[in-house]
Amino acid sequence: MTLSALGDSAVVIALGEGIDEQVLARVRALTAALAQEPLPGVVDVVPAYATVTVFYDPLEMAAAGERPFERISRLVTERAGRIEAGAKKKYASPGRTIEIPVVYGGEFGPDLDAVARHCGMEPGEVIKRHQAGDYLVHAIGFVPGFCYLGGLAPALHVPRHATPRPSVAAGSVGIGGAQTGVYPLVTPGGWNLIGRTPLALFRPNDPEPALLRVGDRVKFRAVSREEFGQWK
Amino acid sequence: MEITIHRAGMLSTVQDLGRRGHRAAGVPLSGAMDRFALRVGNLLVGNEQGAAAIETTLMGPEVEFSADAVVAVTGATFDGVPAWQPFFVRAGERLRLGNPVKGCRGYLVVAGGIQVPPALGSRSTFVRAGLGGLEGRALREGDHLPAGESPRRLAPHWRIDERILPRYAAAATVRVVRGPQADEFGGRLAKSEFRVLPQSDRMGVRLGGSRLLRIGRADEMVSAAVAPGTVQVPPDGLPIVLMADAQTIGGYPQAANVIGVDLPIIAQARPGDRLRFEEIPLTEAQQLFLARERVLAMLQQGLKEKVVAE
Repeated sequence: MTLSALGDSAVVIALGEGIDEQVLARVRALTAALAQEPLPGVVDVVPAYATVTVFYDPLEMAAAGERPFERISRLVTERAGRIEAGAKKKYASPGRTIEIPVVYGGEFGPDLDAVARHCGMEPGEVIKRHQAGDYLVHAIGFVPGFCYLGGLAPALHVPRHATPRPSVAAGSVGIGGAQTGVYPLVTPGGWNLIGRTPLALFRPNDPEPALLRVGDRVKFRAVSREEFGQWK
Repeated sequence: MEITIHRAGMLSTVQDLGRRGHRAAGVPLSGAMDRFALRVGNLLVGNEQGAAAIETTLMGPEVEFSADAVVAVTGATFDGVPAWQPFFVRAGERLRLGNPVKGCRGYLVVAGGIQVPPALGSRSTFVRAGLGGLEGRALREGDHLPAGESPRRLAPHWRIDERILPRYAAAATVRVVRGPQADEFGGRLAKSEFRVLPQSDRMGVRLGGSRLLRIGRADEMVSAAVAPGTVQVPPDGLPIVLMADAQTIGGYPQAANVIGVDLPIIAQARPGDRLRFEEIPLTEAQQLFLARERVLAMLQQGLKEKVVAE
């Protein structure tokens, strides 16, 4: 575990490297430990891939005789040291399983054919393999609710577009390098779009606005245009 | 009370001090680009420091108040408009903020605050996700903004101590603390002069004039959290200082982080302005942070007798 400052109001706790399920388990365990009984002066906790970042108010963190960064580092280290074996085991397996319905191809997946050509397979095979995958949410970000999913079959790895599209439709399911994910909002985007979901991944009126959390397991399921149209 | 927008200006939005606690869902902090100017503006009219106000960008709006009000304009300064000082506007009176004489972002603060409904705990507008503010968007001509009813009395003949005001300048030096990949740029950040590019927005202030190129071939990085103030460097070498609406995580190398008390200088830089960076230790950055908070606490105390609720 290494700690480093992100400016004067945040500390980044690195728990490993790369996109790795075991590292993610440690990230989730620490995130949960920090959420359980929030430390005074902490305003935000952000897990992503191999790090947990804790945002804090230096004014509240400035206790007698201790500098804000030293204090938050000590508190986080103490908290990490108290994570029990049970919690470690719990977070070693995925959290909730969320199924995401997808209409693959056509106008909803304008890059499906190009992805298929790049991978040297039929479009139907891309759809089959994308659905067969067992994905894990490694990070949420880029825009509210955007999920970065690990676990994409190496045969489906496709580099991002050199020039991003200026506008990607909300719900678009894409492949970016070794990852797959869903665009929750209309944004510019460089991933290869293979389908679209009617599911809202970002719900601004919900107290927990992102549908997915880091550590959730995601399955994709192909649906028809009719089902997409009827989705509520 | 209602504020009618007669001219919207270039980009006018409702902002407070932002949305806390939702970064894990990918929701950025948002809020005022120049947090100091908003906080002081609120204190000047007798509000809580985090009340919502109108943030203007370069060309300001023209607005009308439906009732007598005490207002203040902080941040950017405008010709013919009192700066960093509360003043009265009458019902039906129009206030026009044209092109700022100095700075880029003004804060039009009204006693009682702008009262749009909060979204995820904040009234800040985050246009990209349609969150907060008035219908999640920038203000337009013909909009009516609800504002609080708070009659205030002002003690005559006083001015804010100008020594506490930031020095916005067309050629500024901004203090930073080291970023994790600082070494990969061989200390070039502090040795170069940059210019603010016109593509800058509330997500990030884009810099040109010098390029920061990585020494040697470095590995691709896995994304981690970023913050307002993070100086990230994409492969083209043109740094971006992330600002209020920045994404919550990023995977570009980070050369530095602008310290909190100097972020307003970046927020007030206009396209074409020159910027330099100076590296300071984290300990000093946090001392400056605490000193700034003491100044604001003293100002709040001092204004108690100057701005009084009726």
